[in-house]
Amino acid sequence: MEKISGNRLKELRLIAMEIRKSIVSMLQSAGSGHTAGALGMADIFTYLYFEGLKHDPHNPKWPSRDHLILSNGHICPVLYATLAHVGYFPVSELMTLRKFGSRLQGHPHREYLPILETSSGPLGEGLSQAVGMALASRLDQDNDKNIYCILGDGELNEGQNWEAILLAAKEKLHNLIVIVDRNNIQIDGQTEDIMPLNDLVLKWTAFNWHVTEINGNDIKEIEKAIYQAKFVNLDRPNVIIANTIPGFGVKMFENNYLWHGKAPNKDESEKAIFELDERINKIMTER
Amino acid sequence: MLNHSLKLNSKIFESSVEKKSTRLGFGEGLLLSAIKNENIVGLCADLVESTKMNLFADKFPKRYFEVGITEQSMASVASGLAAMGKLPFIASYAIFNPGRNWEQIRTTICYNNQPVKIISSHSGLSVGPDGGSHQSLEDIAITRVLPNMVVISPCDYLEAKRATQAIAQTLDPTYLRCARNDTPIITTEETPFEIGRAQIFFEPDSKLAQVGIIATGPVLYNAIMAAKKLEAEGIRVKVMNLSTIKPLDTVAIIALARETKNIVTVEDHQVAGGMGSAVSECLAQNYPIYIEFIGIKDKYGQSGTPEELAKFYGISISDIILAVNKVIKKKTP
Repeated sequence: MEKISGNRLKELRLIAMEIRKSIVSMLQSAGSGHTAGALGMADIFTYLYFEGLKHDPHNPKWPSRDHLILSNGHICPVLYATLAHVGYFPVSELMTLRKFGSRLQGHPHREYLPILETSSGPLGEGLSQAVGMALASRLDQDNDKNIYCILGDGELNEGQNWEAILLAAKEKLHNLIVIVDRNNIQIDGQTEDIMPLNDLVLKWTAFNWHVTEINGNDIKEIEKAIYQAKFVNLDRPNVIIANTIPGFGVKMFENNYLWHGKAPNKDESEKAIFELDERINKIMTER
Repeated sequence: MLNHSLKLNSKIFESSVEKKSTRLGFGEGLLLSAIKNENIVGLCADLVESTKMNLFADKFPKRYFEVGITEQSMASVASGLAAMGKLPFIASYAIFNPGRNWEQIRTTICYNNQPVKIISSHSGLSVGPDGGSHQSLEDIAITRVLPNMVVISPCDYLEAKRATQAIAQTLDPTYLRCARNDTPIITTEETPFEIGRAQIFFEPDSKLAQVGIIATGPVLYNAIMAAKKLEAEGIRVKVMNLSTIKPLDTVAIIALARETKNIVTVEDHQVAGGMGSAVSECLAQNYPIYIEFIGIKDKYGQSGTPEELAKFYGISISDIILAVNKVIKKKTP
């Protein structure tokens, strides 16, 4: 398999930290929004948009592009920030998040930001759409296109996901790559207290999917799992259970469900940016 | 008398009038459209024969997806297919599609403005013996409230066939309301159809009409039969077929209200939020007059023959005649 070089890995880790700084700033400016999940997923979004996905920021509707569906739309700050950093629109536009007239709606809306593949926010609906796209792609005999779908773990409470999981397995959609953000929190508390999901690897395996479990904050593990899904597992749909730390990068946000649906204030934001800058300096001085 | 310019079925008043279901009209219309347009795909939630999507599925097995009993996912899968350039038709009973999957239709189809065609069968009381759980009386209300959505309720088998072919040519999210039972064929192969265009099916010989009846769906037959009886009693009635409920043909509705000053609406659906509500929203603002609403009044259905149920819930021919007489007496001040 292709391996990203040590230098590239370092670059990607730095980009992920810069994306985190944007997430903190845009949420503080918006005054509301979802902090923990967005920060936790920055490494996965960085890997996808800077390495893994077939896409072109200068030609967003390129017909051969891979498609990415963000089902848990509330973590959109990480999607918007990544799209800006990879060149779809100016980073300065991120500060319009959640404001009147902005293309960056509180939950993604394709009418306002047409480069999105879909609108999302109401949970549990993204995987079905990804299944539809994977079916269409197969009908068109487009063998080089992959459909990615990002799901939250709390979102798996929604029954519609399990309907879509059944259909994807029935149709053997190997062009479908699902990444579950297993961060163990949802808005009211820990996932295992609110509605226990138990062993997601066993559950998805029982539904006849290829299942891989990784550390979702480790870009090397992300790369390996995506490679496996893209090039090796060609008979069934793929799911990557990505264990992430919600709020990753800022200690006061990490693993605290109270930061699921809250934005930092000015003071908290400054502290967070300071901590992220320290991490950036640390990565830069690694040999 | 029937409006001859529309080339309606001249045998409509005979007891031997031919009957076929609107769901069959959909099934045949879909097949015809799919032959012409290879982007058409079909999805059904374990009711392929019941919804008559089997005509399409048998001919185009690769373009048909049996999704099992998953109406919610089906709506969103169709949205994904549409995002990739396909033209999906999704079918089930009205109570499940657009009932069970309403929010998926709202968010993944209408909010995204994707060209998904939502097809129901088994709408209305006319489902009969299956009982109230399966008699969808709310589907017009919950679809017409959605921005971007087009809502069509064909009056007979042939209009359902034409409407299906017409919606296969547009990119609007669309709800097509079909019914289970064989009902009289009111139109002919030559009757024109246009989305958004109301038509006068029955009119007085010469003079202006005294009452306008606006009906939608197969219960239009009851309205025409009522008009025929009223004509014999010397009451001049115009009957409008309002098969497109959204976008509403406000010009035709206002013209009918201006002429008659008396309107009766007729539908096999809850009065609240249904076609009559749409008409009253239009007239309250543009030409306020008294309206009688024939429809189901805040009740659920039950088992019985369609005729027994029409009588019990007040949507029979005699109920329409009573309403016309009432509306004439109750002149708008």
